[in-house]
Amino acid sequence: MLKMDHLTKVFNPGTVDAKLALDDLTLDVRDGDFISIIGANGAGKSTLFNAIGGSFLVDTGRIFLGGEDITLKAEHKRARDIGRLFQDPMRGTAPEMSIEENLALAAGSGGWLSVTRRSDRKAFRDRLALLDMGLEDRITQPVGLLSGGQRQALTLLMATYHIPKVLLLDEHTAALDPGTAEKVLNLTHSLVEDNHITCLMVTHNMQTALDLGNRTIMMDHGRIIYDVEGEERKALTIHDLTERFRVASGHQMNNDRMLLGVAG
Amino acid sequence: MSFADIMGLGQTALELALFNSLTVLALFLSYSMLNVCDLSTDGCYAFGAAVGTMVALAGHPWLSIPAAMLAGVVSGFVTALLQTRMGINSLLAGIIVNTGLYSINIAVMGGAALQNMFKTQTVFTILKDALKDTALAPYYSLMIGLAAVALVIVFLCLFLRTRLGMAIRATGNNPDMVRSSSINPAFTTTVGLMISNSFTALSGCLLAQSQKSVTADIGSGMVTVALASLLIGNAFFARRSIPVRAVGAVLGTFIFRLVYTIALRFHLPAFMLKLVSSVIVILAIFVPYMKSQMPTIRRRMGYANQPREVK
Repeated sequence: MLKMDHLTKVFNPGTVDAKLALDDLTLDVRDGDFISIIGANGAGKSTLFNAIGGSFLVDTGRIFLGGEDITLKAEHKRARDIGRLFQDPMRGTAPEMSIEENLALAAGSGGWLSVTRRSDRKAFRDRLALLDMGLEDRITQPVGLLSGGQRQALTLLMATYHIPKVLLLDEHTAALDPGTAEKVLNLTHSLVEDNHITCLMVTHNMQTALDLGNRTIMMDHGRIIYDVEGEERKALTIHDLTERFRVASGHQMNNDRMLLGVAG
Repeated sequence: MSFADIMGLGQTALELALFNSLTVLALFLSYSMLNVCDLSTDGCYAFGAAVGTMVALAGHPWLSIPAAMLAGVVSGFVTALLQTRMGINSLLAGIIVNTGLYSINIAVMGGAALQNMFKTQTVFTILKDALKDTALAPYYSLMIGLAAVALVIVFLCLFLRTRLGMAIRATGNNPDMVRSSSINPAFTTTVGLMISNSFTALSGCLLAQSQKSVTADIGSGMVTVALASLLIGNAFFARRSIPVRAVGAVLGTFIFRLVYTIALRFHLPAFMLKLVSSVIVILAIFVPYMKSQMPTIRRRMGYANQPREVK
């Protein structure tokens, strides 16, 4: 489905700040995989997502999505097949435009000069009702009036309005309060499950990493140091995970936000 | 001063405001919607005036209008090209185009910095002749201004509801979101600037034809004057629907002209217009900023009266 073939990326090459952000990284994501990604600060998790999403060009290596080589494809063209959510709930929506207008842009049906029809509006309402946040009754309000959690839920809806080939979630619940985070996480789970979306999720919560999805990978210094799924993964505890990290990387996990406790 | 004089003065001010409000509507699209401060406005205004004048002088009064607008489209395209595809800062792109247009405008005017249309047929003279001996005869200029402004407002209201129009608004609001909707912000910026500059050029073309002359510096300071009008309108109609805000932009132009006309009556010299517009733009942006800084300032002032030592 999504294949990364020996990706390398160096930031600030030739300076004292040169940083090898992706180090000969190879990963094969199968159709329907839901992979949780964990790793220390600066391990290259977000860099990996930016490479897949097309925020920058990788220095070497190639990226394939659904058999197509997308290595050189422009970011906005990749967006047709790749849904993305960021930690910042403000990034995915236009605050001064209404919920309806935001959804209309995400839906993108019709030509450039088409307008939102009554049937579109009904479809938006039905989709919004699935969020169970009462947004279907606030469809003409500017998105800027919504809470962070509501905005993130709306972004999730927009990113999956047309089922993407792959969904990239970059700590998308980290900026939300625990209650809202859980709600958005449950929503993510059901959307991904119901639509069989291939999904990659960066999380700093070890328990979430083990609870959600079918596969977990650990990153360190731009490499994948541990890749686990199936029975072996089911038996893992947070303690095992930190231990594996220490063994595989040769140092302690030092993510300042890493949560070792139970789901939150 | 007789009543008729006052009415005449009011009508002239109104006509000027209508022609200039087309530039204000252009900035409504580029500045308020697309979030681009288009500094090529001055040059584009003169470009539209020059092209419109030369086409009218060549004996094509009707063609002068679309020709001027097309000139604006080209100017907007170049400004957009510089900032979206050539890595030039958006403000700088506008200034560069503005400077370049000065030479181009004089070239368009056949190497002269001034062209007159005293005996030339324009849309104004055509309508004036058509309305001869009717009750509407004195209002031909006003009618052209009103029609142009109404058409542009209707176009903007309809256009901004389309997918392309929404994408242009989103580009000014959150370009990341536009990209993730599989739309290229470079494309929406280009289309937006092409449309807005066509209005600016139309604005200049109509003003030149109404006053029967064009000079190379006809657009000088236009961007600030138009911005002042836009921000005055914005002060009353921010956070309202798009049609209301568009009409508000035109009303802002009227208010600006009104204030200015009254100031002239109180012997403010005519050359002060541009200083007045500068001050209005400064105030319109500074006052809201000042308000947001008030808590900090109050706190600081409170501190000044406190003893410095730790108790």
